Amino acid sequence: MSVGLFILVSLVKIALVFFILLTAVAYTVWLERKVVGHMQNRWGPTRVGPFGLLQPAADGVKFLFKEDLTPPHVHKTLYIAAPMIAVMFALTSIAVIPFGNWVAIGDTIYTPLQITDVNIGLLVILGVTSLGVYGIALSGWSSNNKYSLLGGLRASAQMISYEISLGLSLVGVLILSGSFSLREIVQAQSGHFWGFIPKWNIFYGGQFVAFFVYLMAAYAETNRIPFDLPEAETELVAGYHTEYSAMKFAMFFMAEYANMVTVGCLATLLFLGGWSGPIFGPYILQVLLPVFWFVAKVFVFMFIYIWVRGTLPRFRYDQLMAFGWKFLLPVAIANVVITALIVALRS
Amino acid sequence: MHLILFLIFGAVCVAGAVNLLLQHHPIDSALSLVVVMGALAAEYLLLGAEFVAAVQVIVYAGAIMVLFVFVIMLLNAGEEARSGGSRIAWVIGVPGMLLGGILMSWVLLKHSGTGQVEVGSLPGSPQDIGWLLFHDFLLPFEVTSILVLIAIMGAVVLASHAQSAEKKEG
Repeated sequence: MSVGLFILVSLVKIALVFFILLTAVAYTVWLERKVVGHMQNRWGPTRVGPFGLLQPAADGVKFLFKEDLTPPHVHKTLYIAAPMIAVMFALTSIAVIPFGNWVAIGDTIYTPLQITDVNIGLLVILGVTSLGVYGIALSGWSSNNKYSLLGGLRASAQMISYEISLGLSLVGVLILSGSFSLREIVQAQSGHFWGFIPKWNIFYGGQFVAFFVYLMAAYAETNRIPFDLPEAETELVAGYHTEYSAMKFAMFFMAEYANMVTVGCLATLLFLGGWSGPIFGPYILQVLLPVFWFVAKVFVFMFIYIWVRGTLPRFRYDQLMAFGWKFLLPVAIANVVITALIVALRS
Repeated sequence: MHLILFLIFGAVCVAGAVNLLLQHHPIDSALSLVVVMGALAAEYLLLGAEFVAAVQVIVYAGAIMVLFVFVIMLLNAGEEARSGGSRIAWVIGVPGMLLGGILMSWVLLKHSGTGQVEVGSLPGSPQDIGWLLFHDFLLPFEVTSILVLIAIMGAVVLASHAQSAEKKEG
């Protein structure tokens, strides 16, 4: 493949993935309003389009035309930069996530269904998401508002605490697959146990413990119920984004949902076998079916996110810290030690 | 190409470090330090040490500097008061710094020369680093971990001491 063609293919892939991600973000919001509505015996959005399907577009237009307020006495530069930082790092991490196998189009184009395949893909995602904390922390500080500041402080303390459990829960998977490349981690999960149970990491060597830790830590990392203390509206108005309006608020909103999508993709890749699943039919189906399995698994993950939101109440702050440090962290460390022992004894 | 990128990120790194010293507000200084960390990570990446680069971002920029920002936010630290710096610092400090810099670069140039290194020829992959840490340098690694453990225990003792003192007062 020549350099020009490579650049062209990459640009097309970037545009496509970006478009799909933004659409997914918009329709996760729609799905959430709809599902939570039905759980609470309401209809959710119904007015704009059939089943309220055009509601995200209406919301987008509304955000664009709302008055963009900047309160007095804010730290101007950081106040404007904070939502950009949040949304930028939230959208960046999708770049290393693989969606399916390699694809051949004609004789000249042979490319993976992924923007770029780096051999430390997992670490790139961890690094990028860990930088996303700055958006939230700085928005809380620069707003010059006590509720924002408390929200920003809670968010940074919570995210640092749960990042440790999150990172350690992934170590077991890394030991089993022996690679940081997300593509290789998925390939290590192909095949079946005894012919019918898929060889996903969640079924392998007690990694469901790691999956549980990952799930809990991921909810805390994305500031979702039951860990949404940074924006607990009964205590803090709206937490770190109290002073934001119009598109700046929408950026925080997008960042939150984009992070949810990333977390769902990562869970699918690491624990649920990525795009592996039954594949049959002609070549076009063989290309599209893995992508379908991948999207279906991510969708299930998003649905559980919304389900949990419709079910659980919020933690108290001391409960949140105790849960993270006294329960999740020891469990994650025990999982690392036991997995390492199993692998060492087997080899 | 590599040289150009190296110079760009080096310039960003130095500019961030200078900005760190010049800024009046602690938050601005802390954010400049984040820029320095990021530029350093890019330099590691250019050397083919992708694992070290990722760890630099995750640990320094993503965790330690967030804690810096957290503490500054928590204390609600205001702008620094300006002082012209002490006279001793100007008379002895600046020439001393220059002398030290010249001495260090002279020693480095004399002992290592200005050879060229191919990208990726040095050990930088996760496997290489794991082997070095847990095989060749196992003892220093374990000693360091005990040091860190001692520091953690010290922090716990200090924090619990302050808490029990508070209880006595209340």
